[in-house]
Amino acid sequence: MLKFSRLIGQLVSFILFGLMLGSFSNSPRYTYHDPEMALIMVSFSHSSERKEECRRFSPEELADLAANMRRPMDCKRERVPVYIEVMLDGENLLSKSYNPTGLAKDGSASIYERILVEPGQHQLIVKLRDSGRVEGFDYKSDTVINIEPKELFVIDFRKELGGFYFL
Amino acid sequence: MLLRTLFEHIEDWFDVVFGAKWNPFYQLGALGWFYYWIVVISGFYLYIFFDTGVTQAYQSLEYLTHEQWYAGGIMRSLHRYASDALVVMMIVHLLREFAMDRFRSPRWFAWFTGVPMLWLVFAAGISGYWMVWDQLAQYIAITTAEFLDAVPLFGEAIARNFLTDAKLSGRFFTLMVFVHIALPLFLLFVMWIHIQRHATPKVNPPKELAIATLSMLLILSFIKPALSQAPADLSIVPTTVNLDWFYMPIYPIMNNVSGLTVLIALIVATLLLMMVPWMPPGKRVPVAVVHLDNCNGCSRCAADCPFSAIDMAPRSDGSAYKLEAVVDANHCVSCGICVGSCPTATPFRTKSELSPGIELPEDKIKELREKTVAASSKLTGDDRVIVYGCQNSLDPSKMADAKVGVVTMPCIGMLPPSFIDFVLSKKLAEGVFLTGCRQGDCGYRLGIKWTDARLAGQRDPRIRKRVNQDRIGKYWAGMTRRKEFFKELTAFRLRLNKLDSAQLEDQNKTNNSSEKDNAQV
Repeated sequence: MLKFSRLIGQLVSFILFGLMLGSFSNSPRYTYHDPEMALIMVSFSHSSERKEECRRFSPEELADLAANMRRPMDCKRERVPVYIEVMLDGENLLSKSYNPTGLAKDGSASIYERILVEPGQHQLIVKLRDSGRVEGFDYKSDTVINIEPKELFVIDFRKELGGFYFL
Repeated sequence: MLLRTLFEHIEDWFDVVFGAKWNPFYQLGALGWFYYWIVVISGFYLYIFFDTGVTQAYQSLEYLTHEQWYAGGIMRSLHRYASDALVVMMIVHLLREFAMDRFRSPRWFAWFTGVPMLWLVFAAGISGYWMVWDQLAQYIAITTAEFLDAVPLFGEAIARNFLTDAKLSGRFFTLMVFVHIALPLFLLFVMWIHIQRHATPKVNPPKELAIATLSMLLILSFIKPALSQAPADLSIVPTTVNLDWFYMPIYPIMNNVSGLTVLIALIVATLLLMMVPWMPPGKRVPVAVVHLDNCNGCSRCAADCPFSAIDMAPRSDGSAYKLEAVVDANHCVSCGICVGSCPTATPFRTKSELSPGIELPEDKIKELREKTVAASSKLTGDDRVIVYGCQNSLDPSKMADAKVGVVTMPCIGMLPPSFIDFVLSKKLAEGVFLTGCRQGDCGYRLGIKWTDARLAGQRDPRIRKRVNQDRIGKYWAGMTRRKEFFKELTAFRLRLNKLDSAQLEDQNKTNNSSEKDNAQV
C-alpha cells in the first residue's frame, strides 16, 4: 500500500512538473502591440554636414605641413545633429535632434523611432535638417498613406536616392 | 534560515514519495546535466534537417513538426521542454544552494562559476527561438536588437536589419546556427569548470530518476508538441505572442523600460549575485592540518575529501613512507571528513598523545575523545546512549539528559568508526546513535555516504567486526525532523533494553546450566 501511495505521489509530481513545463513554455500570451493600431517606424542612418565648412589651405600653411600630410582642404571632423520632424494630419508626432555618433561626433546619426498610429488614410509630412541652418529644412516629403491595423510603415532616408523613401 | 526550512519541508515530502536516493531536490545539478544532454542530442538531430534560408528555416521546422512528427517533431519538443526543465533546475539549484548556505568561504568557486551560466543558458535558449523565424522569433529579434541598440557601442541600429524582409538574408540564420551551437559548447566548458572543485561530482542522476524524467518529457512531447507560431512577416508588427516564460520573462520589461536601464540592471544584478559569497564573507574556520609524525601516506583522506582539497605529495620529512597528505587551504571547507578517514585517528591510543595524521585545529580528535568521555560520565542507568551529531543539522545538544550524552562535530563524516568501538568496548554507553544532515543531502556532500560505508564495512577505515552492530543506531534528521529523530532514538533505546534483557537471560541460562552441571558432578 505504501509502495502504491509512493508511486502515485511520484506520478503526481511528474505530472505537475510536466504541466508546468507545458503551460509556461508558451502561455500566457503576451500582447506586444495593440492589434487595432498600426506602426510607423522612422529608421535610418545619415551623415549630416560638417559643423564647420571646409577651408582651403593657404600655400604658406601647406608648406608648414609635412609632405605626407599635405592636402588641399582643411576640414573639421564634427558634424551637426540631424533634426527631424514627423507630422500626421497636422499633428506633430516627432521632433527630435540626433547627435552624430563617434567620439569626435563625426559619424552618422542613427535614428530609430516607433510611433503608434490609428490605421486609415493620413497626410504624412516628414522633414529633415542636416546642415548648419537654423530655420527651415533640407529635405521634406509630403505624402498620403493608407495604413492597415498591425501594418508596419517604414520611413527611411537615403541622400543618394534624393531623400525620404517609404517601405 | 527561513528559506532553508522551507526547502527542507518540501524535500521531506519528496523524501517520503521518492526516497532519499531519487529525491529530485538532491539531484538538481545532476538533473541539469541530464537535461543539457537531452538538449544536445535532440538539437543535433534538428540541426541535420534545419535549413538556413530566410523562408526555408521556418519551412524546415514545419516539415520536422508535421511531416516527421514521429521523430523530428518529438525531437523538437524534447529540445524545447528539456531546455525549459534545465532553466527550472538551474534556478532551483541556485536558490537551494543559497538557502543551504553552501556558497561561502572555499565553496565560493562553484557559486561564482555558476552565475555566468545563467547568461549562457538564457542566451542559448533565446538564440534557438530566433532560428524558428516565426512571429515569436520576429518579436524576439526586434526586441533583442532594440535592447542591444541601447548599448552605445554600435554605430547603426541593429534593429534596422529587421525592418523589411528584403533586408534579411540567409547569412543571418547561418550566424544564428553558429551562435546557437557555440553558446552551449561554451556552456559545457563552464559547467565543467563549475564542478572542478568537487571530488566525485554528481553529473548523472540515478538511472530510475533519469528514465522517469525522460519519460515525462516524451509523454509531454506527444501530448503537447512544440509548434511554431505564424511565419515571420516583417511588414506586419507581431501583436500577440506566446512567450516561453522560462526564457523570456524579461522581454515584456524590455519593451517598457529603456534598454540601457535593463542592461545596467542586469549587469548590476549579475555582479551582485556573483559577489554573494562575500556579502558577508563566511567565517573562515582553520583548515585541516597534517601531522607528518603520524601520517603514513595511506591516501584515504585524499580519497574521501569531497572538495579535492587534499593531494598526496612525495614525502618531505625523510620518512620511509613514500607520500604525505598536503591540504590546499583554498579548497578545504574544514568539514573533518579527512579526520574520519584517517586510520591513526583512534581513541584507543593511550601511550602516545592522541594526534592523528590529519585533523582540524579547532576540533581536535583528542578533544572529541575527551568530550565523549565527559558526556559519558554524566550518564546514569543501563540504557545510556552517546549521540554523535553534525553541527549542520538539528542541534542534538538540546537532547542531552541523564540517559543521552551528545557530542557534535562539523560533519558526521569526521567520526572515525573506532570511536564507536571505543564507546562500546570501554562501556562508556550501551549504544551509539549517529545523526546529521538528511540522507542524500549531506551539507559536506559525502559525510553521510562515507559514514554509512565505513559502518557497513565497505570503506576504510572499517568498523571492527567485534562491534555489535545492534548497538549502533542512526537517523539522518536534517533540520526539520526533530520528532522523527526522537522517535528513532526512543526506538533505539528500547532495542538496547531488549538486547540487554536477552543478554541477561542468556547469561542466567548459562549460569543455571553451569550450576546444574556442578551439582551433578
